Amino acid sequence: MTDHHVTGVTRAEFCIVACADAWRGAGEVMASPFGTIPALGARLAKLTFAPDLVLTDGEAALMVGAPPIAAKPAELVREAAMTYRSVFDVVWSGRRHIMMMASQIDRTGNQNISAIGPHDRPKVQLVGVRGAPGNSVNHPTSYWVPDHNTRSFVEQVDVVSGVGYARAAAAGAGATRFHDVRRVVSNLGVFDFETPDRTMRLQSRHPGVSVDDVVTATGFALTIGDDAAETRLPTPEELDLIREVLDPGALRDREVRS
Amino acid sequence: MMADKRTTVDNIVGELRSGMTIGIGGWGSRRKPMAVVRAICRSDLTDLTVVAYGGPDVGLLCATGKVRKVVCGFVTLDSIALDPHWRAARQHGRVEVMEVDEGMFFLGLQAAAWRVPFLPTRAGLGSDVLSINPDLRLVRSPYGAGSPYAGDPADADVELVAMPALRLDAAIVHTNRADAAGNGQVLSPDPFFDPLFLGAAERRFITTERIVADGTLADEAHPLSTVPIHRMLTDGVAETPGGAHFTANPPDYGRDEAFQKEYAAAAAAPAEWDAFAGRYVLVGEDEYQARIRERQAR
Repeated sequence: MTDHHVTGVTRAEFCIVACADAWRGAGEVMASPFGTIPALGARLAKLTFAPDLVLTDGEAALMVGAPPIAAKPAELVREAAMTYRSVFDVVWSGRRHIMMMASQIDRTGNQNISAIGPHDRPKVQLVGVRGAPGNSVNHPTSYWVPDHNTRSFVEQVDVVSGVGYARAAAAGAGATRFHDVRRVVSNLGVFDFETPDRTMRLQSRHPGVSVDDVVTATGFALTIGDDAAETRLPTPEELDLIREVLDPGALRDREVRS
Repeated sequence: MMADKRTTVDNIVGELRSGMTIGIGGWGSRRKPMAVVRAICRSDLTDLTVVAYGGPDVGLLCATGKVRKVVCGFVTLDSIALDPHWRAARQHGRVEVMEVDEGMFFLGLQAAAWRVPFLPTRAGLGSDVLSINPDLRLVRSPYGAGSPYAGDPADADVELVAMPALRLDAAIVHTNRADAAGNGQVLSPDPFFDPLFLGAAERRFITTERIVADGTLADEAHPLSTVPIHRMLTDGVAETPGGAHFTANPPDYGRDEAFQKEYAAAAAAPAEWDAFAGRYVLVGEDEYQARIRERQAR
C-alpha cells in the first residue's frame, strides 16, 4: 500500500477526481470517457459540478442521470437517440469532450492507438486509429493512461492517431481552429500543455507520488509546473458518491492499484 | 406486383468475383452478415478488398486468405479489444490496409452514395492517416476572404482532407427482418452505416433473419423508423436465420461470447485454427447452424 498523505483515499479515487475535473465548466456537451476511471469521472462530474453533461449508454442512446458503473442496460433510462451516424454530427459540431486512452502519448500530445513499430508491418497491431484523428482536431480531447511508464510516455509516438500541438500547427488553420488537447491523467499525475511551446507539463502529482517518480517513468523531458502541487482531494460528497453510489463494487481498483 | 428479390446466400456469393471491393455492414462484432462471410471463406474467391467497420468478418476473411486489402478505422470484437486473426495478418504482413479515421470512412461511403469524388473534412489533418495513405490529398476551400460565401474568417482558404469516395463493387448487410421487395428492418436501436454501404455499392444484398410479407415490416409495435433500408437500395434478399451469429443481433440474439472466445483462441496456433476451421468455417451453413445449436444445448 502506497503511503498516502491523506489517509484512506486511494490512488484510483484521486484519478477519478482528476478525470472529473477535465469536464469542469464543459456545459452541455457530450462527455465520452474510455476506461473505468474516466467513466466514473464523467459520472461524478455530472452528479456534482457539471450537471448539464450528456452521457451515452455506450450503444445508441443518451441516458438520463449518472447511473452506477455496473448498471445493467435494462436499468438505464434513455432520453434521446444517438446512433453512431449521428455521433459524427456531435463530433464535427464540437459539442463533445472525449477522454480517450493512449497506448503511447508523446511530449507534444500526439496519441497512438494504431500500431507499435512501422505501420506497414507492425511489431504490435493495436485497435486502429478509430476516431482519434477527427476527434482531436474538432473538439476538446483528453487522455487517460492507467499505466504510466517509459513505454507509454514516449518522445515520439509510432503512429500519430490523436493529433498533438506541433502536428496541428504544422497542418495549418484547418487543424488548429478547434484543436484543444486539454489534459492527460495517468496513474501518477495530471498533465497539461500550458507551456510556451505547448509541450507536456506536470500539473500535479497524485499524493504518494514524487516528482522523481514521474520523471523516471516518463520517456521525455517534462516541464515541471509547481513541484509541490498535488492532485486535489475528493470532497467528502465526492468520496461518498464514488464509494456508495457510482462504484460500490470497487471496479475502479481493477484499473488502478493502490 | 413489386419485384421479388429473394435469393440465397450461395447465389449472393456466386455474384462476387476475385479482386472485387466488398463492403460489409454492421459494426465491430455487431450485426455482421456472417453467413455470407462464412460462404466467402468456403469459396474460391481471393484477392478481395474488404471495406468495413471491422469485426470478425475481417478476421475470418484474413484467416482464410481471402483478403488482399482492408479499408477500415479499426478491427475489434467489442468484448475482446482486438481480433487476433487480424493482428496476426497485419504483423505477418499478409494484408494491406487503408487505415482511416472512422468519420473519414463514413464520408467515403457517403461520397460514393452521392456520386461525388470526395467530401471535405478536418478529420485526418495533422495525423499519420495522411502519411500512411500517401495518395490522400487535401483540398483548399474556394471561398476566400473576398467571397460572399466566406464564413468565419478562420476558414478562408482553409485546407481540408478530401476523403475519396469508397466505391464498392458489392455490399452485404444483415437485418432482423426484410421483405421480398428489398426493404430492410433493424429492430435494435442503431442501423449503423448499413444504408450507406448499400448506397455506395454496385450490387446490393441484404441477408435477414426472416422475410415477411411485403408492406408488413412496420406495425404498431415497430414504427417506420425501424425500416432504414428501402428497396431502391437493394438487389437481393436472402433469408438466413442465425446469419449474424456469433455477432450481436438483438433482439433476435445477443453475441455468442463463448463462441467468440473460442474463435479468438484459435488464432494461437495453426493446429488450433485448423481444428476450429474444420468444425465451424469450412462447413455449409446448415451444418454450421446445427453445430451451434448442439453447442448451445450442452
